[in-house]
Amino acid sequence: MNFVTTIGLEVHVELKTNSKIFSPSPVQFGAEPNANTNVIDWGYPGVLPTPNKGVVEAGIKAATALHAEIEHHTYFDRKNYFYPDNPKAYQITQHEKPIAHDGWIEIEVDGKKKKVGIEEMHIEEDAGKNTHESDYSYVDLNRQGTPLIEIVSKPEINSPAEAYAYCEALRQRIQFTGVSDVKMEEGSMRVDVNISIRPAGSDKYGVKTEMKNLNSFNYVRKSLEYEEQRQQRVLMSGGKVQQETRRFDETTGQTILMRVKEGSDDYRYFPEPDIPAVNIDDDWIKEVQATIPEMPGSRRDRYINQFGLTAYDAGVLTQTKEMSDFFDATVAQGADPKLASNYLQGDVNAYLNENKVGLLATDLTPEHLAGMIKMISDETISSKIAKKVFKAIMAGTEPVKWVNDKGLVQLSDPAKLQPIVDDVLDNNDQSIEDFKNGKDRAVGYLVGQIMKKTRGQANPKVVNKLLMTSLKAR
Amino acid sequence: MNYFDQDLTSLHADLVAKKISAVDLAKATFENLRAVDPQLGAFLNLNEEAVLKQAADIDAKGIDPDKLMAGIPVAVKDNIMTKDLTTTAASKMLEHFVPVYDATVVEKMRANDAVIIGKNNMDEFAMGGSTENSAFKVTRNPWDVSRVPGGSSGGSAVAVASGQVPVAFGSDTGGSIRQPASFNGVVGMKPTYGRVSRWGLIAFGSSLDQIGPLTRSVKDNAAALNMIAGYDQHDGTSSKQTVPDFTAGLDGNVKGMKIALPKEYMDKGIDPKVREVIENAVKQFEALGATVEEVSLPHSRYGVAAYYIIASSEASSNLQRFDGIRYGFRAEDVKNLEDVYVRSRSEGFGDEVKRRIMLGTFSLSAGYYDAYFHKAGQVRTLIINDFKKVFEDYDLILGPVAPTPAFKIGDEISDPITMYMNDVLTIPVNLAGLPGMSVPAGFADGLPVGLQLIGKPFDESTLYKAGYAFEQATDVHKQTPEVGGAN
Amino acid sequence: MAEERINAEQVQHVAGLAKLEFTADELGTFTGQLEKIIGMFEELSAVDTTDVPATMRLDDDTNRLGQANMRPDKAVKSDEALRQALLKNAPETANGLIKVPAIIDESGDGE
Repeated sequence: MNFVTTIGLEVHVELKTNSKIFSPSPVQFGAEPNANTNVIDWGYPGVLPTPNKGVVEAGIKAATALHAEIEHHTYFDRKNYFYPDNPKAYQITQHEKPIAHDGWIEIEVDGKKKKVGIEEMHIEEDAGKNTHESDYSYVDLNRQGTPLIEIVSKPEINSPAEAYAYCEALRQRIQFTGVSDVKMEEGSMRVDVNISIRPAGSDKYGVKTEMKNLNSFNYVRKSLEYEEQRQQRVLMSGGKVQQETRRFDETTGQTILMRVKEGSDDYRYFPEPDIPAVNIDDDWIKEVQATIPEMPGSRRDRYINQFGLTAYDAGVLTQTKEMSDFFDATVAQGADPKLASNYLQGDVNAYLNENKVGLLATDLTPEHLAGMIKMISDETISSKIAKKVFKAIMAGTEPVKWVNDKGLVQLSDPAKLQPIVDDVLDNNDQSIEDFKNGKDRAVGYLVGQIMKKTRGQANPKVVNKLLMTSLKAR
Repeated sequence: MNYFDQDLTSLHADLVAKKISAVDLAKATFENLRAVDPQLGAFLNLNEEAVLKQAADIDAKGIDPDKLMAGIPVAVKDNIMTKDLTTTAASKMLEHFVPVYDATVVEKMRANDAVIIGKNNMDEFAMGGSTENSAFKVTRNPWDVSRVPGGSSGGSAVAVASGQVPVAFGSDTGGSIRQPASFNGVVGMKPTYGRVSRWGLIAFGSSLDQIGPLTRSVKDNAAALNMIAGYDQHDGTSSKQTVPDFTAGLDGNVKGMKIALPKEYMDKGIDPKVREVIENAVKQFEALGATVEEVSLPHSRYGVAAYYIIASSEASSNLQRFDGIRYGFRAEDVKNLEDVYVRSRSEGFGDEVKRRIMLGTFSLSAGYYDAYFHKAGQVRTLIINDFKKVFEDYDLILGPVAPTPAFKIGDEISDPITMYMNDVLTIPVNLAGLPGMSVPAGFADGLPVGLQLIGKPFDESTLYKAGYAFEQATDVHKQTPEVGGAN
Repeated sequence: MAEERINAEQVQHVAGLAKLEFTADELGTFTGQLEKIIGMFEELSAVDTTDVPATMRLDDDTNRLGQANMRPDKAVKSDEALRQALLKNAPETANGLIKVPAIIDESGDGE
């Protein structure tokens, strides 16, 4: 029997704002426990939430990146549940009138492009953090009130590979808006998935199972692959899939039953009376949209059409905003785009992988990279010397002065090279004879001797030219 | 000393002229309070030590002639946050709770050098109309100590009625300022929703709650509202409407004023003696040159049902934060988290609070939301529209505050529905967010009866103008109660 | 609406959502009272509310939020004294964290 798979994703993204969504406390990692909190974050009696304008603007940016329609009259709702990291015992979220709805993003799997619809995107507050230790739990409210956007896909994802591609595309687009770091490893992006299968030809969705808080895109794919097959086995053997929450075990690659859902949870949603509705007019939207950085698709086209890069190279450079921004800045400093692309994808990337750091965490600047590339282009340095210069610029050194100080400038002046060529020829009669007898190997030997005398600084092209002319003249 | 013979203006003049110091005034206030309050129970926690220090500071820097409230003793309902002064909402849940911040209204009091004497008893979390739901003490009506003071701001109304303070601040979610004002013969104002910041008021019904003043005279009330009104960046629902001087325009002139009398407010459910007081008030207004005409607020009879759904739903959510984890009461011998929640809440809340939480949780729960919560919201719209229609043709609405005068302590507490129905005349005002004021209008069997004036949004000024004209034309406000008034 | 408005079992369910518990006696009293009050609520079913929007909050042009009047995204860090005062009010703390007995029910939303 053939089955059709339907996957839904709910992606939470932490926004990189200065202050929290409903209180002026700082949004910042690594502070002392409960240091970034105030009476609002503690849910004290008598406190009231005041929504952060920056969060609404970040929402407008993200919605734009997802081609979603922005709600002109949006409001907040309360979601009620008790938990120690949830101080008011309700979360302020959006249920009825989220800030955006009906968007889409494009994904690509095995060379095939597909648009995946986005049901809605809303803004809400994050909870604090619980840590558990034997008989007690400990609550830190620093994270309480950190702004989140939640992006809910339409049931249009039909394979684990598509789910993976969706996560990648979503992460990329959100990252380019600059509203979040979208780092899975730091928890600034969290993914909940649900999956159901139904026999091909049936138009009724099957019963879905869900998995929450997956912390890598690989786990998203692997857990869905496992779950897709498990559900098929259940149905093939005449069983029924139960509506349940499952957990992905990273070591075994299997999903494990956590709890069976009986009906839906009763969160008693209702409109938040403490916050008036928010009017988002077209002028505000336009003003915010004008500040959104260029999206990856547009950058890719520009790299191909304007700089003549291959589609592959343009794709790699636009994987992350930091890489793409770095590339643009390097080219803006006068570097040849192809060389800049090669260096960033080659030596720089290798350095990052080897040292396990991000691009912005290194001492490399676009100015220094461009400085080195310009010296390569105008033959001030040889590719051999460039290897040394690269090490220097990765250590934060300004390359032009460094090359001059170290005397590493390539020798290209024929007037200076000719005496050296003559000297080498004077001392190598045998090689001249060999050359005359048609032994080309002799030329290589002579070039080597010249390079040795110049400590590698001679421009090989110029040396070759001078040598050939001199040999023929002997 | 008591505050029967002086109003804010004359007290202020004495303070400025140094006929009396702020310290003397504070000391005399506590002295009188210790003599009077044991019979009445208007106060919970007193602020004596801090007050004497504050009063000394005020004396030291001198009374600012521009600050009418400087050096004036005031009382604050115990659901309003006062930093470092225990604030309990009359609940075991917060019995030992010491606030770490001031409500915006309290900040304004301090900025005006008003002196907060102490905190007033109330129905637990402001839920009730008799102050019998306090976890700590009974508050008695100074006109007849066997009767309730009304509620939930019962302690605040009694503190003013018995002359212990010239001004008290209460809160009104469904009538909690106006009804006790009526029962105690004082002036009580529930301002327009958004007129006064709710920051620091322990939330009951977030879309209904407002803080307002209780005083002996209309003019004092207007002055007290001047002090606390205005937009607050901490409260997104507070309004940026300009705040006029509410004491301006108190000239006794209501000639040509168009007053509406809803027939639903005078029907058979109203005690005939209360109706008589209101009918006399109508005649008084007509004698002053106003016109009074009968109108209809057809949906007002559904107000009680709509209100108890909406207020309880909001309360059920607002009171979830009292969970025994971050502050307040935590039950003893709890073994796990569920114990902390269930036992702390079950032991910390009183019966009426639990009833409201249950009603609200039910009204919001899956399968009932549409029939109850949403439907109540629709009826609320119809109630708002009724008022809008009347205000197209009239300047204000007049009627009784409560169907009866103060009832006997213990009489109604076991019957929630009867208790809820007492709010029928005040609730629609909260549902519509309008300003409403209770002004002493007369007596029924020796018990005070208040007149309710209801205005257009942000038009408290018209209520004060009309209330002042009425007050000056009668001698009702000159009567003093049995307790507090005799000495 | 249902003929039986609310029974003891439903009251128990609602109490569970609200994290309250009742003794058998209390349950009987509460069920009776809630039954009556909810009966009063049902007066509303007599009102024709076709096409009537629900008023869920009181907002209008005087306080509705927008570009002009929302809180700017500026962080304000609390001072250490406030942190200490907040921790002091908590029934139990450890190392600057709020301490609670173990979470045995993992059904919290955990978002």
